[in-house]
Amino acid sequence: MLSYSPSLGGGRGEALKFGDMNLSQFLMMRHELLLTAAALIILIAEIATADSAKRKLIPFTIALFAMVTVAGFFPVPEGTLFGGSYQSNPLTALMKNVLNIGVLIIFLQAEGWLKRPENSDRISEYFLLTVSTLIGMNFMISSGDFLMFYIGLETATIPIAGLAAFDRIRSRSAEAGIKLILSSALSSGVLLFGLSLIYGVTGSIYFTDIAQTITSNSMVALGFIFFVSGMGFKISLVPFHFWTADVYEGAPINVTSYLSVISKGAASFIFTIILFTVFKTLTEMWKPVIYTLAVFTMTVANLFALRQQNMKRFLAFSSIAQAGFLLLGILGNNDLGMSAVVYFVLIYIFTNLGAFGVVEAISNASGVETIDGYNGMYKTNPKLSLLMTLALFSLAGIPPVAGFFGKFFLFTAAAGSGYYILVLIAVLNATVSLYYYLRVVRAMFIEKSDNPVPTFKSSAYMRTALIICVAGIFAVGFASVIFDTIREISQNFLY
Amino acid sequence: MIEGIPIQHFLIVSTIMFFIGIAGFIMRRNLITILMAIELILNSVNINFVIFNRYLYPDQLQGHFFAIFVVGIAAAEASVAIALIINIYRKLKNIDVENVNELRY
Repeated sequence: MLSYSPSLGGGRGEALKFGDMNLSQFLMMRHELLLTAAALIILIAEIATADSAKRKLIPFTIALFAMVTVAGFFPVPEGTLFGGSYQSNPLTALMKNVLNIGVLIIFLQAEGWLKRPENSDRISEYFLLTVSTLIGMNFMISSGDFLMFYIGLETATIPIAGLAAFDRIRSRSAEAGIKLILSSALSSGVLLFGLSLIYGVTGSIYFTDIAQTITSNSMVALGFIFFVSGMGFKISLVPFHFWTADVYEGAPINVTSYLSVISKGAASFIFTIILFTVFKTLTEMWKPVIYTLAVFTMTVANLFALRQQNMKRFLAFSSIAQAGFLLLGILGNNDLGMSAVVYFVLIYIFTNLGAFGVVEAISNASGVETIDGYNGMYKTNPKLSLLMTLALFSLAGIPPVAGFFGKFFLFTAAAGSGYYILVLIAVLNATVSLYYYLRVVRAMFIEKSDNPVPTFKSSAYMRTALIICVAGIFAVGFASVIFDTIREISQNFLY
Repeated sequence: MIEGIPIQHFLIVSTIMFFIGIAGFIMRRNLITILMAIELILNSVNINFVIFNRYLYPDQLQGHFFAIFVVGIAAAEASVAIALIINIYRKLKNIDVENVNELRY
C-alpha cells in the first residue's frame, strides 16, 4: 500500500516520494491506462492506413473500444495514488463501466454520419477527441482532490467543443462549438472561484481533509454557491441551462447524444460524490439549494419542452428535466440515493441513446428533424416507430419499462428523507412530461401525412446499437440483480 | 507575507476582477473580448489561491500549484476558443455575437 496519506500542510516533499510506490499500483488506473492506450493506437492506425481505406478505421476502433469496455469489468484494486489525488474503489469503477457502455453505443451509432464524404478524412479525429474526453471524465470521477477534479473536468470539456463544431459545412455547428466553449469556460471560472474560497477557509484541496475541517460559515456558503453554479452549468440545471438547447441543436446529433448522456452522467456522478463526501457535514446547508434547483429544473424544462418543434431541442429540454429528477436521488443523501443516481444514469444511457439513435437514423436517411416531419412514420418505418415509442415511454417512466424503475428508486430515496412535497411536485412533472412525450408518439402513429419519412433500412451498426438499447431498456428494469449489485457497492463505499 | 498590505486588499481586488469578468462576459459583443473577460475571471481565481496560500497557509504549496494548473488549462481553453472563433470568422466574416444568432432560445 501507498504509505503516504494526505494531511494538512503535507503536500510538499512527501507526495514526490516514488520510492515505496511499485508499478503494479498503477493498475488501479486501469480504465484510464486502457483508454490512453486506445487513443494512441487510434493515432497510429490513422497514420498506418491509406487515404482510400480510412473507413476501415470505424470497425477497427469499435472493436478496440469493445475490448476496453469488457476489460473494464474485471475487478480493480482499491486504494489511492499520487498522494491521495487519485482514488479507486468499486463505485468509481462501476461508474466508469457505465460510461464505457454508453460510449460504445454512441460509437456504433456514429457510423452512418462518419461515412459521409465530408467526414471521411477525419474519422480518427472524432474517435480520438471522444476517447480523450472520456479519459478526462474517468480522472474526474476518480479524483481525490479538487485539482485533479478540475483537470479532469477541463479535459472532459475542451475537446467536446471541437466535436460540437465538427460539421464544417453547417455554420450552426460552428456556433454550437463557440457557445459550448465560452459557457463552459465561464462555468469553470465560477466553479474555481468557489473552490478558491473553500481552500481559503479549510487550507486544503484534498477531499478527505476538507471534509474533516469544513464548518458552516458565510464564506463556505458563498464558495459552495459558486461551486454549485459551476456544476449546474455542466449538468445543465435551471437557471444555468441557457447554453443547452442551442448547443444540442447545433451540434451533430451524435455529439448531442454524447453531451446529453455521457457528459451529463459523468458530471452528475462526481457532483453526487462531492456532495456526499466533501460536504457531508454540511447537509443542512446544501439540501435547500438542491431542493430549489430540483423544483425549478423539472418545472421550467418541462414547460419549455412543451413548445419545441425540433426533435433535438425537444430531447435537450427533456434531458434537462431528467437532470432535475436526478437531483431527487442526491437529496436522499444516503446509499439508496447514491445507487438510485447510478442506476438512473445507466437506464438513461440506454433510453436516451435509443431515442437519439432513432433521430439520427431518420436524419441520416431523410434529413427530417422536426416533430411534424415524423407524421405517419408508423406506416413506413414501423420498427423504428415502435423503438422510439419504447424509448419515450421509458423516459416518461411508464411502468413496464426500465425508466419507471429508475424514477421509482429516485423518488423512494427522496421520500425516505422526508421530501414528500418534492416527490409530489416530481410526480406532477412526470405527468406533464408524459404529454409531450406522447405528442411524438401521436405524430408517428395517428397523424397522417402526404409525404411521410420514406421507408429505409439502417446500417448494421445502427441496428446493433438500437438492439443493445432495447435489450438494456428491458434487462436493466427487470433484472433486479443489477440494482442489488449497485446498491451493495454504494453501501460499501459510503458507510 | 507582504509588508504593509493586508490580505483584504488582495481579496477586494480579486473579487472586483471576478465581477468585472462576469459583467464583461454578459455585456460585451465581441467574441475575443468575451474571451478576455473569462481570462479576468480565471486570473482573479489565481490571485485568490496564491494569496490564501501565502497569507494563511505559508508552510504548504497547494494553492500555488492550483494557480499554475489553472494558468496552463486556461491557455488550452483559450487556444481552442480562438480556433473556434477563427472558424466562425471564416463563415460569417465577423466575430460579433449579434451575428452568431442562428440558434435562439
